[in-house]
Amino acid sequence: MKEDLQSQLISELVIESLEGLDAFDHEILDLERGGVSPDSWNNAFRIIHTIKGSSGCIGFNEVELVAHAGESLLTVLRDGRMTPDAAVFSNLLRYSDALREMMRSIEEKGNEGDADHTQLVRDIQALHSGITGTGKPGNQKQSFGFFDDEAETPVGFAGEAGPESPGSSRNTVDKASEKESSAVRVSESIAPKLSSDSAIRVDVSQIDRLMNLVGELVLARNQIVQSADQQADPAHFAAVQRINLITSELQESVMKTRMHPIGNVWAKFPRIIRDLCHELGKEVSLAMEGSETELDRTIIEAIKDPMTHIIRNAIDHGIETPEERRTAGKLAQGRLNLRAFHEGGQVNIEISDDGNGIDAERVLQKAIQRGLVTAEQGSRMSHREMLALIFLPGLSTAEKVTNVSGRGVGMDVVRTNIEKIGGNVDLYSEPGKGATIRIKIPLTLAIIPALVVTCCGDRYAIPAASLVELVRIEGDQIAKAIEHIHDAQVYRLRGNLLPIVHLAKELELKPSGHADDALFLIVLQAEGRQFGLAVDGINDTEEIVVKPLGKEMKGLTVYAGATIMGDGKVALILDVMGLARRASLLDEGDRQTRSRKALEEAARSAHSQAQGEMRSLLVAHVGRNRIAIPLSCIARLEEISADKIESAGKIEVIQYRGRIMTVLRLSAVLGIESARRTADPGDDPELLALVVCALETENVGVIVDSIEDIVEASIQIEIREGQRGILGSAIVQQRVTDLLDIKELARMAA
Amino acid sequence: MQFCTFFLGKDLFGVPVLEVQEVVRQQQITQVPLAHHVVRGLINLRGNIVSTIDMRRLLKMAPLEDESQSITVITRVAGGLVSLLVDQIGDVIEAPEDRFEPVPGTLGLEFRHIIAKVCKLPENLLMILNPERLVEFDRVKLPAGDSLARAD
Repeated sequence: MKEDLQSQLISELVIESLEGLDAFDHEILDLERGGVSPDSWNNAFRIIHTIKGSSGCIGFNEVELVAHAGESLLTVLRDGRMTPDAAVFSNLLRYSDALREMMRSIEEKGNEGDADHTQLVRDIQALHSGITGTGKPGNQKQSFGFFDDEAETPVGFAGEAGPESPGSSRNTVDKASEKESSAVRVSESIAPKLSSDSAIRVDVSQIDRLMNLVGELVLARNQIVQSADQQADPAHFAAVQRINLITSELQESVMKTRMHPIGNVWAKFPRIIRDLCHELGKEVSLAMEGSETELDRTIIEAIKDPMTHIIRNAIDHGIETPEERRTAGKLAQGRLNLRAFHEGGQVNIEISDDGNGIDAERVLQKAIQRGLVTAEQGSRMSHREMLALIFLPGLSTAEKVTNVSGRGVGMDVVRTNIEKIGGNVDLYSEPGKGATIRIKIPLTLAIIPALVVTCCGDRYAIPAASLVELVRIEGDQIAKAIEHIHDAQVYRLRGNLLPIVHLAKELELKPSGHADDALFLIVLQAEGRQFGLAVDGINDTEEIVVKPLGKEMKGLTVYAGATIMGDGKVALILDVMGLARRASLLDEGDRQTRSRKALEEAARSAHSQAQGEMRSLLVAHVGRNRIAIPLSCIARLEEISADKIESAGKIEVIQYRGRIMTVLRLSAVLGIESARRTADPGDDPELLALVVCALETENVGVIVDSIEDIVEASIQIEIREGQRGILGSAIVQQRVTDLLDIKELARMAA
Repeated sequence: MQFCTFFLGKDLFGVPVLEVQEVVRQQQITQVPLAHHVVRGLINLRGNIVSTIDMRRLLKMAPLEDESQSITVITRVAGGLVSLLVDQIGDVIEAPEDRFEPVPGTLGLEFRHIIAKVCKLPENLLMILNPERLVEFDRVKLPAGDSLARAD
């Protein structure tokens, strides 16, 4: 029982102290920036005083000792007997770090840790030794004397401050302003300073449970409201109406309890920025706007690290040194703006700096250098697309890796983390003028807007965050609109090929055999790629409450959870990223490196160099497929008689210009049924269309069904995997055409 | 110790009564494609989403033709709640400690995996389930040729 009390006291001490120290940092930073308010010194002093008192009371003497050293310095500063310089501020922050560390150690290990703080204490004492000099021992004694009672009743402090600063003529003024300031501070402060009479601490799980119950109440309410419409009794109807209203209000209120102002996260940034600036020799002023914007606590947690990363990046790589800035005609002090605001049911967070900006060309060069895109792809990119490359894994434009950022873990992690919570990141930049990163995130993760679709008789919810658009294809047009690239289905959405994923097929469901009167395509976006999800029907958009699945189903990445629909039935929530992975639309791990290598190779190889730009292509037919071969690697087009083909080992060859040339029948290599009938033995030997392709060392003959045309076209290849010998597909002359990978073919022939 | 009992065919099974939250009539089950065969789907238990495990499938028993009388036993396991789909509910039985016996080795492996012990009742035998094992169906690795390895 006694131990319970002790551990409860300790945990309260730790929570209060950590909160207090955050506020302390805030005050010190304010003062360092030139704030002259004595309130700030008072607040800082009071925080430390409370920590000293409480920890001394519980018996953490080391904390008490260290806290005391700072307290003495703060007394001097508060009374205006000393003008603080940079060293004072640095040491005060060092000092708060030391206290914070001890508190963490108390929380985790139950003791104050074994760090040695004598040097710190000495440094702090040295700062004000000239001023307090003889007065110090007395001070110490007095303060020790009174905090023992003080710890129990911190409220009484203002009145007892007298002995702490004997002889100060400003004493009475201090007392008054202190009281006043504490009232003002609480309301305007960003940091979560909970004053004990207006706020209580509640376990988060308690609130989650409340949230759950309210969700249930909402469902029950919906059912009652529905049945009430059939009731004639007006009194009953009125009661139902009231329940209806109260439930809505209750839901909203409970939602609010989970909300935190975003300022809670931001409160840590001034300190981070200050330390960074000192380390890098830069000057940055921080402006925050909209810190009262509220977000669900889970989201607050999730954006903390990405935001810190962005800010570090902005200061390290974005904002220049004061000299550079002056040369560029800017103010020596850089500016960093944080802005948060609601827009369309989402929260926008903007982080902008007025630094050097991001050079889109350099980003592109880097991406090409790393083989993330090809030069041809790059040449077609818009400014914005180039900037967006910065979100690719493995790309950092920082010329030098610093201690602070640029170590490879970069913006891709930021994007992944933001997308994980259903948000997205955008980047705008003007070279020389600065950069802005805009994050859009949902208000809450617990309740999300979703599109409800039907597939094989069951309903599935798709988070609206990944939704791009809906396409409905009428029954008689399906056959025409859906094109096939080998066995993959694609749909041409405004000129771009959209891969189609059938939900029923991915979920291994048996199609319910419905009449094919219309096909619904839901265009979804996952990690920057789009695909069309084919479903049986689209129901409605709904706000759904996300609930996790049990551990029996944790291996199923295609689901993000489940929800309860208005009729009380359970519906699964699809995880768009997981679904795309399952359908092999997104690259993963080694697949990613492989395809990247393939891309690099494609870029280098003269033969398969078929990306972008105006390009001459030979278009041929094999079966139902259109095949394009880059003209640059074609030596000649021939027509040969089928009986000229001879065998060498297992492969077919012909004699061509005095040499033996390997012959590949494209239909056989690609597994496509040839449109040509097989010649009857009695017939005249048929004539075959032979494309002689020049490879580095030899020529290879490729037999196609027919040669259609030579075209000049600017094409965009959609890289595909899984089909050896085909690089990808593109639209050539408004038709889907497979692009042959000659090198791969040669390898297959060997 | 008291056990909540239920039937699968003629076999009688028991779960410690303290681990049982409630017994409910079969709810509307939402199937979960791609999930393990044993998982019948999800039900809505007053706002909680609970997975339903088909005990017949778990024990490789033939499916019941008429499931209209089936009932679900909501049981607590480490990760939360699961609902067990069974044929019929039995009484709550007081089983004295001295009547317990270890599971005979001749019992099928799928039974042995989830059954902790057997209790000799005057009329018949009661198989006591180990609730924690119920959700470990995907961890059972059986040598080839064993009864569970049969494709179903």
